Amino acid sequence: MTNHWRDIKNTDLILINGANPAEAHPVGFQWFMRAKLDPARGPGKGGGAKMIHADPRFSRTSAVSDMYLRIRTGTDVAYFGGLSNYVLQKNLHHADYVKNYTNASFIVKDSYNFKEGLFSGYDRKKRTYDADAWGYETGPDGFAHRDKTLQHPRCVFQLLKKHYSRYTPEMVSTITGIPKDAFLKVAELVGEMGRPDKVMTIVYAVGLTQHTTGGQLIRSGAVLQLLLGNMGRPGGGMNAERGHANIQGNTDHAISWEILPGYLKIPQPGQKNIDDYVTKSAPKKSDPNSWNFFGTNYKKFLVSLLKTWYGSAATKDNDFAFSYIPKPLGNSSWMTIFDRALQGKMQGLMLSGMTATSIGPDSNQVLQALAKLKWLVVMDPFPTTSSEFWHGPGMTPASVQTEVFMLPTTHWIEKDGSFVNSGRWMQWKDQVIPPQGGARHDHWITAELFQRVKALYQKNGGKFADPIMHLTMDYKDPHKPLLDEIAREINGKDLKSGKQMATFAKLADDGTTTAGDWIYTGSYTEKGNLSKRRDGVQDPAKNDPTGMGFYPNWAWSWPLNRRVMYNRASADLDGKPWDPKRPGIAWNGSKWVGDVPDYPPKMNPKDAKAWMPFIMNGEGGGRLFSSTMADGPFPEHYEPMESPVKNALHPDNSASPVAFLYDKAAGRENRFGTPDEYPIIATTYRLTEHEHFLTQQVPHLVQLAPEPFVEMPTGLAKEKNIKTGDMVRVSSKRGKMEVRAVVTNRVGQLDLGDKKAWQVGIPIHWGFVGVAADLHPERSMLWLVNALTPFVGDASARTPETKAFLVAIEKM
Amino acid sequence: MATVTRGGFLTLAGIGTAAVLVGSELGFDLAQATEIKQKLRIAGATEAHSLCPYCAVGCSLIAYTRKEADGSVKLLQIEGDPDSPVNEGRLCPKGATSMQLATSERRVGQPLYRAPGATEWQKMSWDDMLGKIAQRIKDSRDQTFVATDKKGNLVNRTDGIAFAGGAAFSSEEGYFATKVMRGLGLTHLEQQARV
Repeated sequence: MTNHWRDIKNTDLILINGANPAEAHPVGFQWFMRAKLDPARGPGKGGGAKMIHADPRFSRTSAVSDMYLRIRTGTDVAYFGGLSNYVLQKNLHHADYVKNYTNASFIVKDSYNFKEGLFSGYDRKKRTYDADAWGYETGPDGFAHRDKTLQHPRCVFQLLKKHYSRYTPEMVSTITGIPKDAFLKVAELVGEMGRPDKVMTIVYAVGLTQHTTGGQLIRSGAVLQLLLGNMGRPGGGMNAERGHANIQGNTDHAISWEILPGYLKIPQPGQKNIDDYVTKSAPKKSDPNSWNFFGTNYKKFLVSLLKTWYGSAATKDNDFAFSYIPKPLGNSSWMTIFDRALQGKMQGLMLSGMTATSIGPDSNQVLQALAKLKWLVVMDPFPTTSSEFWHGPGMTPASVQTEVFMLPTTHWIEKDGSFVNSGRWMQWKDQVIPPQGGARHDHWITAELFQRVKALYQKNGGKFADPIMHLTMDYKDPHKPLLDEIAREINGKDLKSGKQMATFAKLADDGTTTAGDWIYTGSYTEKGNLSKRRDGVQDPAKNDPTGMGFYPNWAWSWPLNRRVMYNRASADLDGKPWDPKRPGIAWNGSKWVGDVPDYPPKMNPKDAKAWMPFIMNGEGGGRLFSSTMADGPFPEHYEPMESPVKNALHPDNSASPVAFLYDKAAGRENRFGTPDEYPIIATTYRLTEHEHFLTQQVPHLVQLAPEPFVEMPTGLAKEKNIKTGDMVRVSSKRGKMEVRAVVTNRVGQLDLGDKKAWQVGIPIHWGFVGVAADLHPERSMLWLVNALTPFVGDASARTPETKAFLVAIEKM
Repeated sequence: MATVTRGGFLTLAGIGTAAVLVGSELGFDLAQATEIKQKLRIAGATEAHSLCPYCAVGCSLIAYTRKEADGSVKLLQIEGDPDSPVNEGRLCPKGATSMQLATSERRVGQPLYRAPGATEWQKMSWDDMLGKIAQRIKDSRDQTFVATDKKGNLVNRTDGIAFAGGAAFSSEEGYFATKVMRGLGLTHLEQQARV
């Protein structure tokens, strides 16, 4: 989230796409309802906000929304693009914001074009783009040319307007299935949100991310928000609802192949030294008034990380042990792991609180991949579909040669440490009870394994052991580090004074400072661990001084305890809040007040040299046009890989032209189905009573929601003579489920121009392990929803397309 | 101080529930009974702060424990923390039943080993398990380590081992996993955020 849960109460209009917060995030949803209903919601106009839910399935979120739109899964680029088009055609954008706070005025090179669904720079053979074709036109100083009148035919604003002019209300309706009249009603409401005294938020979840166009689905919302001037403002922003307690914290800390902690890019082969790495990785300043804070300080953040990890072995002379950081072969993401395992190139896999089998995609293929490993370590409090994979669906235990290690680990409540919520709030928890049974902490297992591997290298030698020998383990007991010690390490310290760093602004590139993750520098200072702070709603007058819901002394929020990111954009060029009733920060004549400013605290906005508001990117402004995506500088609608229709905009380039096709590249059989065989659109979802797969181990919750099912529309059920409770077989090209049918009007038929299509929904939670599976051991073998989903993902992020695929349904 | 406030909160909650559900038809004040039962359950308990382990709203929890005569610590109750600006004391069905997750009898009690081709788990000591795994990590690292790639670039990576996980454990554990796995040369490092 750019903003945070409580902040949603500050908004005027809530667009919810690819999410169902009333059921999946019910307690967070109270802030949506307060925006709608609570006369005392804060400095905004009490209550009165409107809520619009665009989702394949009518849910409890829809029931309390002002409008519900049944959208075809995976078509939100057309929805947001259509809204952007409406705003641009009617001149409803926030003109001052767009001109000064985005890259609308930047002029793009004439090598950029877009024809028949393809951007320039396309290599059909490799299925990739050369993003150099999309750069800015620059002068000899390296800065981009700009036209602040926004009239130049190649300025971003004009290109954007042209790009989305194709997204007419009729076209939006044909692609999404949303009736034109309903779409126009939404457009009218959204169009009002470009006024400085109005603000809109967009909230989304994995219903947007899990598509071959996932990154662009989200970007299309962000582009709309920039046009309306809503980024950086309380009550605004792009807000991702995360689905697990600490998915945010452990993304920040880079359990992710392509980054190092704090979103530093992973060094690539061929980058010989730090300077080379920084030149190729850091954002480049493209305007004289852009601070480019991230790019400017990139080296300091990396050197401080290397000093943290390699201590005295990281010196100026050895380039701070830059060579120790492993450089990846290529994309090394989730599906790549199983693709390589299928090819026999992966020997071992360690899973910690994450089950590959259930997560999939294409669970049957994942099971085959696990069976090709030499060894598998599962660290979890409970048995999972991965620890038990060897006697799972389609497996013959005697022929599975994988050695499996099941290590029982502690629960959240048996250890301290922080969780970081969707709103970036780092909140500390106590160790409430000691480890139960024989369980051990995950990090103590990791530490012990590391010490044993290190001892083996010391004793027997082996391949290049220097990074292992020199990895710092400066804990009282290196076998059992305390999470408090690690939290201090993450914050970092000044090696000269020995004191904890107070801010990342003071980190150095000469090896005199450490920081395990620079975005957390400031969380554990000489004042102590700030994530333990508890000044909450017990005293709102004292603890929420602005009345905006920031609660600055409750826990700690990255970066630097800032509650709304990019908040310089919440005020106009003179530093006055766009809406004085809902200030983010304001210039009081000598400094910025309000939230922790995303800006130099004393920079006078009226100074001719004042930085532009978006200090983290090279442009200094929000990117309506971006050359950082693998699939194009503007979000464009592409069909899911499996779709019943051709792309109405460009039928010859229907699906993403750059999504990586794993099975094809590896020479495996084609695993995509066609609409003739599999005519029904399917998507997946969560229930309130379950969280992912873990809650299959909680009897109360299994009692509340005991068995898997497919939710199918009344009309489709009638066609197939299926009633609620009947057993049905749901199959895709890749696998099948046998579950009960639940017939409702919450899902339905879509009118897609010259074709109509049914859409069904399947909850994700079940598998062959857990309380329900114990009751039905044989039936549960056909309960994995991801047995149906395709092994393909987003062109940039490689997030699998588990939210849009084709199935057939038959009565059993 | 906080506990006194919380007592008042519980009383109010109890009265609200009783009034809606049964009123006074039972012939005694259910609200009072509920309050007494609540108080007995957490009387003399130690109060600790926790967070919900499920989704990422980040609801704060209050957990009550008591030290038993045998020295063990018993978890008595988990409830929403009314001071939190995120949840203001509220919990969903998952958070409200998180105690059942914490005290589950379904946990794996000891390390389990499954040999290649075996049809059953066998119990194994922590020492033996960790010894075996450390050896596997070293062997796979040595067998798949690439110091210099085909283009002559220094890459120092372990191609044949992958690590995935971390959406459920503490941030500090996640950071530590990143550090150790990169230290071992792994590049296949993934988390729930991707999927």
